[in-house]
Amino acid sequence: MSKVGSAVKEIYHMDEIAARDTWLNRLHPLAKLLVTIFYIAVTVSFSRYQMAEILLMAVYPAVLFIVGEVSFSDGIRRMKAVLPFVCFVGIFNPFFDRQPVVAIKGFVITTGMISMITLIVKGILCVFASYLLIASTDIESICYALRMLHIPAVIVTQILLTYRYISLLLAEAGRSMDAYSLRAPGEKGVHFKAWGSLVGGLLLRCMDRATTLYESMTLRGYDGEFYYGRKRTLRGKDVSYLLVWIGIFAMIKLSAHVL
Amino acid sequence: MHMADALVSAAVGATMYVASTAATIYSVKKVRLENNPKKIPVMGVMGAFVFATQMINFTIPGTGASGHLCGGMLLTALLGPYAAFLTMIAILLIQCLMFADGGLLALGCNVWNMAFYGCFIGYFLVWKPMMKQGMSKRKIAAGSILGCVLTLQLGAFSVSIETLLSGITSLPFGVFVGTMQPIHLAIGFVEGLITTAVLIFVYESRPELLACNEKTEAKNRFSLKKTLAILGVFVVLIGGAFSLGASSYPDGLEWSIERLTGSADVEAEGSVHETAAKVQEKTAVLPDYAFKDSESAIGTSFSGIVGSGIVVIVCIGACYLFNFFRKQSRKKA
Repeated sequence: MSKVGSAVKEIYHMDEIAARDTWLNRLHPLAKLLVTIFYIAVTVSFSRYQMAEILLMAVYPAVLFIVGEVSFSDGIRRMKAVLPFVCFVGIFNPFFDRQPVVAIKGFVITTGMISMITLIVKGILCVFASYLLIASTDIESICYALRMLHIPAVIVTQILLTYRYISLLLAEAGRSMDAYSLRAPGEKGVHFKAWGSLVGGLLLRCMDRATTLYESMTLRGYDGEFYYGRKRTLRGKDVSYLLVWIGIFAMIKLSAHVL
Repeated sequence: MHMADALVSAAVGATMYVASTAATIYSVKKVRLENNPKKIPVMGVMGAFVFATQMINFTIPGTGASGHLCGGMLLTALLGPYAAFLTMIAILLIQCLMFADGGLLALGCNVWNMAFYGCFIGYFLVWKPMMKQGMSKRKIAAGSILGCVLTLQLGAFSVSIETLLSGITSLPFGVFVGTMQPIHLAIGFVEGLITTAVLIFVYESRPELLACNEKTEAKNRFSLKKTLAILGVFVVLIGGAFSLGASSYPDGLEWSIERLTGSADVEAEGSVHETAAKVQEKTAVLPDYAFKDSESAIGTSFSGIVGSGIVVIVCIGACYLFNFFRKQSRKKA
């Protein structure tokens, strides 16, 4: 499948799983967003040699994957964007940081090896946390939570509009690419002579579409703010979810200092 | 260049959030002041457009490789710096959430490394000054390539600094920078070429869509006279005042010669050398950067100013000569 096709498929797939009716999906988006941010902040706050504590942080994604019925293999697939660079940065640690820690049957484990593993585990856990958020919360709900955090309307509107039009424009880009491939069979990418006309043509069509969009939004009474159908308030179970997880993360962090 | 959460410490992530938030607040304020509601949907659709074009592979001529668009400079040229910056934030957040490209904690870093440099530095340092006196295809090409290269270099350097400050790698800073900068030089150049192709297409078909596409009138804050006056002050300051602090130690070449021969001055022998030395002695107004037969510091300062002045005059003369010959060749054509 082409890059464009797989991106469209990925977006539709994420929309589908975020729209499911599970207990995790029903939780308030603000609670899930805050827990995710707090989790990531605590995870990265551990030093590069605190492997045990970081492994303990795996409790959160493990629980949510199982109880929230979220596909673990989908989570693993998302590593492809981030993990190569993380590995590139970490792979040199064993070469530069050679202080021995323990020897197991003649095999010496150094601080560099530990810091490399720690870095990769941190990377995996943080990607899992973001994935669990988006797999259980649709983008509209995340934007709703962002508005509750007083993020300016203009930014939230941008996120919503960009997201809504991505699949549409991806489909359009895909059609342009298909048309180009049919006229230039066997070519891997777009030839430099067609760079301007292919992308430029797409851009001008997008600009025209934006004008039409503005007109239709104005006709429906758009005044710079998106209004949501129902107002969602934090319920008891949302607050409990937030407090329980923050408490667990704080305990893991404090235990690292005490022990 | 998207940084993952694992690559930043909480302190660095928070600091970069503060920096990016400051730029965001300023941009939101500026976009509100523009009071152009039509721009909001354009920003949204342009964000989606950049996203869509990032999925297209562009074949790099003469190689088997392909590149893709990042979009910062393109958005800046089309929407202006503030709207482009906010659009980039939306793109980066969606990339982070939907495609795990970047991280939530590292979002502040990514906004700074890609959106801030691409939109603000690219616009105010490259695009705006270049397009001030009107737009042309050459200027668009130069501005796009220079802008993309410069902003990606700054972004890549910031990634190295942020990673170093986060203390997550034992990789020496020099090695990391030495790897990051050349890679992003190539990426920046390719992105510059793609941006050029797209912007030239827009310039030919709908020039009104490009930012800064109007000749700036005489109310420029920095007129030619003012610019020359400021440059003059700098010349006097650097050439005059700062030359007083010039090192009395030998420079790199002199130091090397001293290590080899035992003396910084190499004695030349032969009639040609002697004649050349005599000519130099008579013609040199300020031998050894001082007045003749004087050791005073004023001489050093004076040498600095005179030297700078001569360089400026030679440069201006060369430019006029270049223009003259170019006009001549155009007339012939």
